[in-house]
Amino acid sequence: MTTTDSSATPQTPKGKRRIGDVVFANTASGSGILILAILAGVAAFLIIQSVDSLGANTANFFTTTGWDANTREAPAFGVAALAFGTVLAAAIALLIATPIAVGIALFIAYYAPRKLASVLGYIVDLLAAIPSVVYGLWGIGYLVHQLTPFYQWLSTSFGWIPLFAGPVSSTGRTMMSAGIVLAVMILPIITAISRDVFLQVPQAHREAALSLGATRWEMIRMAVLPFGRAGIIGGAMLGLGRALGETMAVAMILSPALVISPHLLQSGNQTIAAHIALQYPEATGYGVSALIAAGLVLFAITLVVNMGARYIVARRKEFTE
Amino acid sequence: MTTTTKKSSTGASGDGPAPMQRTLLTGSLPRYFAPALLAGVAIVTGGLLFALGTFSIPLFAVFTVVTYTVLVTLASARIESGRKAKDRLVTAVVYTCFGLAMVPLISLLWTVARMGVVRLDGYFLTVSMNGVTPTMDAGGVYHAIVGTIAITGFAALVSIPIGLMTAIYLVEYGRGRLKNAITFFVDVMTGIPSIVAGLFVVALWMVFFGPGTTNGAAGAVALSVLMIPVVVRSCEEMIRLVPNELREASYALGVPKWLTVVKVVLPTAIAGITTGIMLAIARVIGETAPLILTAGSSAVAINWNLFDGQMMSLPVFIYSQVRMGDAINYERAWAAALTLILIVMLLFFVARLVSRFFAPKFGR
Amino acid sequence: MAKRIDVSGLHVYYGDFKAVEDVSMTIEPRAVTAFIGSSGCGKSTFLRALNRMHEVAPNARVEGKVMLDDQDIYAPDVDPVAVRREIGMVFQRPNPFPTMSIYDNVIAGAKLNNQRLGRTEADDIVERSLHGANLWEEVKDRLSKPGAGLSGGQQQRLCIARAIAVEPAVLLMDEPCSALDPISTLAIEDLIAKLKENYTICIVTHNMQQAARVSDQTAFFNLAGTGKPGRLIEMDETNKIFTKPDKKETENYITGRFG
Ligand SMILES: Nc1ncnc2c1ncn2[C@@H]1O[C@H](COP(=O)(O)OP(=O)(O)O)[C@@H](O)[C@H]1O
Ligand SMILES: [Mg+2]
Repeated sequence: MTTTDSSATPQTPKGKRRIGDVVFANTASGSGILILAILAGVAAFLIIQSVDSLGANTANFFTTTGWDANTREAPAFGVAALAFGTVLAAAIALLIATPIAVGIALFIAYYAPRKLASVLGYIVDLLAAIPSVVYGLWGIGYLVHQLTPFYQWLSTSFGWIPLFAGPVSSTGRTMMSAGIVLAVMILPIITAISRDVFLQVPQAHREAALSLGATRWEMIRMAVLPFGRAGIIGGAMLGLGRALGETMAVAMILSPALVISPHLLQSGNQTIAAHIALQYPEATGYGVSALIAAGLVLFAITLVVNMGARYIVARRKEFTE
Repeated sequence: MTTTTKKSSTGASGDGPAPMQRTLLTGSLPRYFAPALLAGVAIVTGGLLFALGTFSIPLFAVFTVVTYTVLVTLASARIESGRKAKDRLVTAVVYTCFGLAMVPLISLLWTVARMGVVRLDGYFLTVSMNGVTPTMDAGGVYHAIVGTIAITGFAALVSIPIGLMTAIYLVEYGRGRLKNAITFFVDVMTGIPSIVAGLFVVALWMVFFGPGTTNGAAGAVALSVLMIPVVVRSCEEMIRLVPNELREASYALGVPKWLTVVKVVLPTAIAGITTGIMLAIARVIGETAPLILTAGSSAVAINWNLFDGQMMSLPVFIYSQVRMGDAINYERAWAAALTLILIVMLLFFVARLVSRFFAPKFGR
Repeated sequence: MAKRIDVSGLHVYYGDFKAVEDVSMTIEPRAVTAFIGSSGCGKSTFLRALNRMHEVAPNARVEGKVMLDDQDIYAPDVDPVAVRREIGMVFQRPNPFPTMSIYDNVIAGAKLNNQRLGRTEADDIVERSLHGANLWEEVKDRLSKPGAGLSGGQQQRLCIARAIAVEPAVLLMDEPCSALDPISTLAIEDLIAKLKENYTICIVTHNMQQAARVSDQTAFFNLAGTGKPGRLIEMDETNKIFTKPDKKETENYITGRFG
């Protein structure tokens, strides 16, 4: 490449370069640049195609809850309810999944026998490989029926908390169900990242703790958790990114309504992604463009969350290397 | 306090029984205590629940785990020490977490298998839904399998060269800002929601082919957006594993860099690359949302043409059957889900086998 | 076949860091030249600059001149790839290609360069090179087995066979025996003695006895100080270096009193 030749003999620029090398190197870097272009293209095309409807929108896009976009005359739509639902579903999923995922990661890293640990690695990967539509089918076709009695109990015992207020949906097609299925779906990624970080904890730190007579839990608390905190946070944020963007599980399970409601055991609420999937086939007028605008919001949210997560995980890496 | 053992010399909070001369064995529960206690608790709760006539597996599991955790912690605090009790508590919690994760996996696989076999047979796999009304006791997924193969195949055809070349760039050529930017944005790209990838293609197709154009190629492009970063990541990892010594050996023989990459690096990494690509295919083969938007969700007939007309796929088939909502639709959905899971698992395990048996051994 | 190497005023840098400073020497054909010196004094760096292998490191560059007979290997129109075909290299750890058989490893230089070889021509090269590397008798019955299946010493001789199969003029060896057991080391040393009839050989070694046994000329490198570049302290007949070196530094190193 452009390293030595020029400095050795400053008067001439470069030695001979072979045609094969030039073509190959340029194809390789061209592919990389193409990826940047695709990502830029995603943003650009979403913006271009959403301008149309946003210009015609007669309501405030960010504060309106309704979705009256399938018309050419005075559309009025907004993402307020959708954004709320998206964050709510993801928050439920994250609250359930993170502690369990950290527990599994600790189990794989420090509790399970070596052989079992690698099998568990497989199983976590397998959990990640199951298509989301199958999770959705399992959720709607099986899980919601199992959960309804539990919801009944939750509502009678803790109904005074608004989150669990009745009347409980008889179908179980609620935000809580969607959140639980999302939690199962994001378990693998949080587990995988936490486990990787735990395994990076220098042996010396761990042995130092153990040689002081610490119990396994004390070793984890003293040596592993402080070291792995950024990794757990980063992993959780990646899980959050996935939960925010997950479509099928919510679209299939939730019985939607464009409202902002805190009642997790009743039907209602809706997420951006599920709304797009459900509305798109019937969209007319400004409909498609309005959905693209909603998609742009989702894209922006997940972009911020993912970049934050990557930043945290990457900084963690620099520390350890 | 005596300081004859390590345990007491660390002097942590809540030390156990009264001061006494300890040996390394004093104040510890026997090895069989935990399993024995667990078994005991299980028998008692099981019996109680049966007696009350409210036995159900989830209830049984919850009561057993909670009771066991409380008892083992108390026993340890009493006989061992506060520190040990905490350790036992955490151990119980960690094991529980692991058990909790197994529940949905097993439940899901079992349910899909049980419900799926009802309708999954040769007929189901070899006929389409052409001319079948939604509630008719007929029809199958052949057209959806065709669509899945065509769309995923085309997506792979687009993604593999781009992803592989980018990985080569990152490992063999990249430096400076461009390399860092690509690394970062590939990571970011893995986080694009699949529905957004679908919308992107909708917007793109609108510009180039007019609104409402749905075809298999659009679906494939959407899947490529999702697949490329996965391919880059796994290929990059595998190419990085190739020892530098092999590259140097090749250079020292007077082989140019590009031939070194093509003939030494890639063949050495090929098993890992194949595995990575198969896993990437397994990831996108179940994508649904982008296909609803781009390839349509109402095709019923066999269509091998990526560039003309809607194309059904297995995941979209499952979704649209669920949307119809009758019992027969659910039967079809379960059978299709079983088909899809079997395909994904097949890819998954073949990928593992490839990496296990075909990876070159780096000598020594 | 063997060619002379003339180095004058060679400096090697890694970015801003100067690793080797102002080395001039003549490396005679059909002889073995040993490079000795403490770790990190730039022996490998210098050796790699002789066939432009240092260019593999992203920020490495050289100043000065290296002549191979009457050709400047750093002349602007010279292709580093062509230089490496003339000046082969053997590394510290044996590195046969794990995806190739013994046979293919030997003709890797041709195969990787997409050269078409006839079957008999290839067989000839393989047999000649393996004979040349004293390995033929040991592997002639399992040429289609993977190269990585051989012992460490056999692998290293396979790497030497691979290097001489492209018929270079010079062979550079960077601590070729340091990963091997004594018996394999002896085999390689015997081989070096035989190879010098046809090639110019440079060998980096940490083993003083080895330098004394195999080399005709010895060059002693040392650091000018911590963080300073490595320099050539003295170069002479091996005999002279090990019996009455001109420089105090050399003597200290040879006798194990250095610092
Ligand atoms: N690729 C590289 N990049 C930067 N510095 C290097 C590189 N390779 C070697 N060095 C530095 O150059 C100096 C000489 O190293 P080297 O030639 O390997 O020494 P020797 O082979 O004599 O032990 C050392 O200080 C080493 O750290
Ligand atoms: Mg060295």
